[in-house]
Amino acid sequence: MNSFQTTFGSLQDYEKGGIEIVADNPMYYAFSNIFEVANQSAPYEKVAVAVNLGYVIEAVRIEGQSGWYAAPHDEFAIVMDGEVEVHFIKLADPAAAYTDDSKGSIPLAAQPAGTPMGRVVARRGHQVLLPEGAAYRFTAHSVGVMLIQTMDGPATVHKWGQICLK
Amino acid sequence: MSTAESIEVQASAPSNQTGYRSFTLGGFSFSRDEYFARVSWTAKGQQMSHSMSADAFLRAMMRDVAWGFFYGWVNFDPVIGTRNHYGTVDMYAGSYYPAYRDSGLDHMENFDSRLMMATFKAILDDWTNEGFDPFAAPEEAGDGWHGKKNGHNRAAIERAREACHRMPGLPGDASLRSDANGFPINRAFADVPQDAPEVYAEPGFEAEVSAFNLFAFLSRSDVTWNPSVTSVCGRSLACPTTEEYILPIKHGNDRVEWFVQLSDQIEWEIEDKHTGSPRAKVLMKAGDVAAMPADIRHQGFARKRSMLLVWENATPNLPELYESGQLKPWPVEF
Repeated sequence: MNSFQTTFGSLQDYEKGGIEIVADNPMYYAFSNIFEVANQSAPYEKVAVAVNLGYVIEAVRIEGQSGWYAAPHDEFAIVMDGEVEVHFIKLADPAAAYTDDSKGSIPLAAQPAGTPMGRVVARRGHQVLLPEGAAYRFTAHSVGVMLIQTMDGPATVHKWGQICLK
Repeated sequence: MSTAESIEVQASAPSNQTGYRSFTLGGFSFSRDEYFARVSWTAKGQQMSHSMSADAFLRAMMRDVAWGFFYGWVNFDPVIGTRNHYGTVDMYAGSYYPAYRDSGLDHMENFDSRLMMATFKAILDDWTNEGFDPFAAPEEAGDGWHGKKNGHNRAAIERAREACHRMPGLPGDASLRSDANGFPINRAFADVPQDAPEVYAEPGFEAEVSAFNLFAFLSRSDVTWNPSVTSVCGRSLACPTTEEYILPIKHGNDRVEWFVQLSDQIEWEIEDKHTGSPRAKVLMKAGDVAAMPADIRHQGFARKRSMLLVWENATPNLPELYESGQLKPWPVEF
């Protein structure tokens, strides 16, 4: 009989760890919890929970339908709680969405012109490629959480003082 | 002993007593007996030596080899270890242990990475007996590590670190794990759902509309404390791994790295990188995110096999930027 139970977190059920300081500053660890962050976020608010010289991991509350985004580089989404559907459009004119210097997820004002590429339905543990040169939009029928691996962009929200242990 | 790259590894004949070879790398000597691995060096004209239980030594050396000496320092224990300079590697004994260093009894030497890798692989090959897997969790590792030399376990020690170019499952990229390609679900993750995402790609976009079950992929990892690469965004690498029992080395950072605890929990002991002095203990539970600053060494403890996303920045000049003080050792100020 398997006696192991794997514990994943969710918006409704998570435990946060912590830091025991011996001779250190807890702020150096920028310690947060993605479920706690998402519980305090607006739908599709892209809150940086990890940053490394221009690269970020964002915790995103998935709820309802997002706007359209595109990026000049690959991004990746990992669903940590709930279910999300992602629709993709191959951009007819990427230059209308972003410049060569753009970084991160670029919010688009409206559905862009282009060719429908397909869609993905992802649940907890699933990782989705958000490919360079494609626009994408998320739809969730209930509340959940995903991580986005991307670059620090115009939609990235930095509120470290609100989310990290001090 | 000569490798395929014509790098000369200095090895003795097998011992008449134990069957194990001894090895020399510069001023360091490596030997093992039934229970212990021993590293020897000379300092201030004095012969010095340091012993570790052979299983702990092999677990540590296995990671150092598999990770290609990794980012920064790989401390086998408080006394011996390696530091990666990306092309060359330092081997040290006591150099980050104040009692040795302050009395001048430490020793550090820099080697071409290829020579050190060939030597370490030869040691692993000779000292790992049949019935011991230094990559595995204690319940799966077997107890064949002790005693006199008894065969090999090359299948275990020659596993390659899995690294995708973009994302596993894409055409031409790393494979997904399955029963069919030799990755059954690990006993500790038998309850992890194996469902696949629903992917509906329009014709011509099959290589771009793609997804896979990362948690199922991790549930099928046959090793512990060995990150794979499962997504690449520029220089940003997602390196998830499964962790059980104790990280066999203390990793000293030469850059900031980040941990995202995907499942279960890990306790991290944090020490000063240069002295080993305790700084903090970080307890991470599912959903927790924490930075590991660039001036620490850390060792993890996981009572149950867990999933950890290690997030690395592979920008080439990062060590110099931190070493010179151009970058602070912590990632963000608030």
